[in-house]
Amino acid sequence: MPILEVNNIKKHFGKTEVLKGITFSLEKGEVLSIIGSSGSGKTTLLRCLNFLETADEGSFSVAGKTVFNAADTSTLSEAEIRRNRLHFGLVFQSFNLFPQYNILKNITLAPTLAKCGTPEEIDQKARALIERVGLTDKIRNYPCELSGGQQQRVAIARALAMEPDILCFDEPTSALDPALTGEVLRVIKDLKSGDSTMIVVTHEMEFARGVSDKVIFMADGVIEESGTPEEVFGHPKSEKTRAFLSTSLEKI
Amino acid sequence: MIQEVLISLNNGFLKTLQLFACTLLGAIPLGLLIAFGSMSKFLPLKGLIKTFVWIIRGTPLMLQLLIIYYGPGLLLHNNIWGGGSEGRLIAVLAAFILNYACYFSEIYRGGIESIAKGQYEAGQVLGMTKTQIFFRIVLLQVIKRIVPPMSNEIITLVKDTSLARIIAVYEIIWAGQAFIKSAGLIWPLFFTGLYYLLFCGILTLLFGYIEKKLNYFHQ
Repeated sequence: MPILEVNNIKKHFGKTEVLKGITFSLEKGEVLSIIGSSGSGKTTLLRCLNFLETADEGSFSVAGKTVFNAADTSTLSEAEIRRNRLHFGLVFQSFNLFPQYNILKNITLAPTLAKCGTPEEIDQKARALIERVGLTDKIRNYPCELSGGQQQRVAIARALAMEPDILCFDEPTSALDPALTGEVLRVIKDLKSGDSTMIVVTHEMEFARGVSDKVIFMADGVIEESGTPEEVFGHPKSEKTRAFLSTSLEKI
Repeated sequence: MIQEVLISLNNGFLKTLQLFACTLLGAIPLGLLIAFGSMSKFLPLKGLIKTFVWIIRGTPLMLQLLIIYYGPGLLLHNNIWGGGSEGRLIAVLAAFILNYACYFSEIYRGGIESIAKGQYEAGQVLGMTKTQIFFRIVLLQVIKRIVPPMSNEIITLVKDTSLARIIAVYEIIWAGQAFIKSAGLIWPLFFTGLYYLLFCGILTLLFGYIEKKLNYFHQ
């Protein structure tokens, strides 16, 4: 059974239809990259999955259990949303760390509030996660004392602390200067070996090609093409995909 | 004579401090409620609160003081404040608290609305409730932002307490002025300025300290 099944998600803002019926599924442990030009609806799709936007139509389920159904209001109540959104984790483009807390507290805050274990367990787990993203020496530092790449690694650890079934990345390296993107992409790549299921919205084509099990190319609110990286990057069938890839891979 | 003046002024200043402290104690939390009301998605409530804030900020505090104290007796023939000094004090505090809560509410609103949407969203995707997000994530960031404008208002309040004198609440200005009639001395009234100056100086240092304390993080 797929870990995630997304069925005909539609979303519009005002008169603009941003998502025109998105359907796909994902197996446990798979890494899905979503590529496409700005305004194609990639980020909106991720935000719908994380309940930051409410889709107008469609549904999605995690491990066979429906967690969102636009037609069923019981999946839309606040308490229900809070329960269901924890199947997903989200790493933002702009990190959004909590500035007043040090790195350790940034990671332990949510598990502590949700009572996911004793304080010692939460603390231990947070330290292990910080080690995993290679920031043990920064554990007492505040976000403003870290580089963008380090902040994003903390944000990844923070999302992992809630043990989501599916971890989503919304253009995780777009706010970083090129010298810092590598360290973040390496951390994401390392998570793959830990058999996390991930959805990565990205402009890093090399990364998408090298790390993903599956690639979706979105254009104008629809899935224009999807398949293995080899299929989408190597033998794109759609004209739009070919045009997009040729401009993004263009060496200047 | 000097000793007599100082004792009298000290007593008056104690009342000033009492007005100041009680007003803050009431207006700081009430302002937060008003701020939430003015940001409410329930339009009638929002409209009501906005109108109230407009009236309070749009009329002189002295006039509000007079209306609150004399209004119930003169208009409704029901002097809810009683005749004694106790009643006058409560009326003054009611006026001050309402007035300052409205000013504070606008400062709070500005502070709350200035917090990046991403901070709320980060809390949401981590499964926090709205209350947890406000108190654990947003509040301290808001406090950091509003310390300078709040210190401005609070220092103004120190001096606004002197308005209590117009409905015969015995504070330091009244105490100083009394010596003009009773002993023909004008300097005690002028001397009250030093009390205000000194107290505002202490507050300025205190706010500077708080700002420095909150400087450990940046937004």
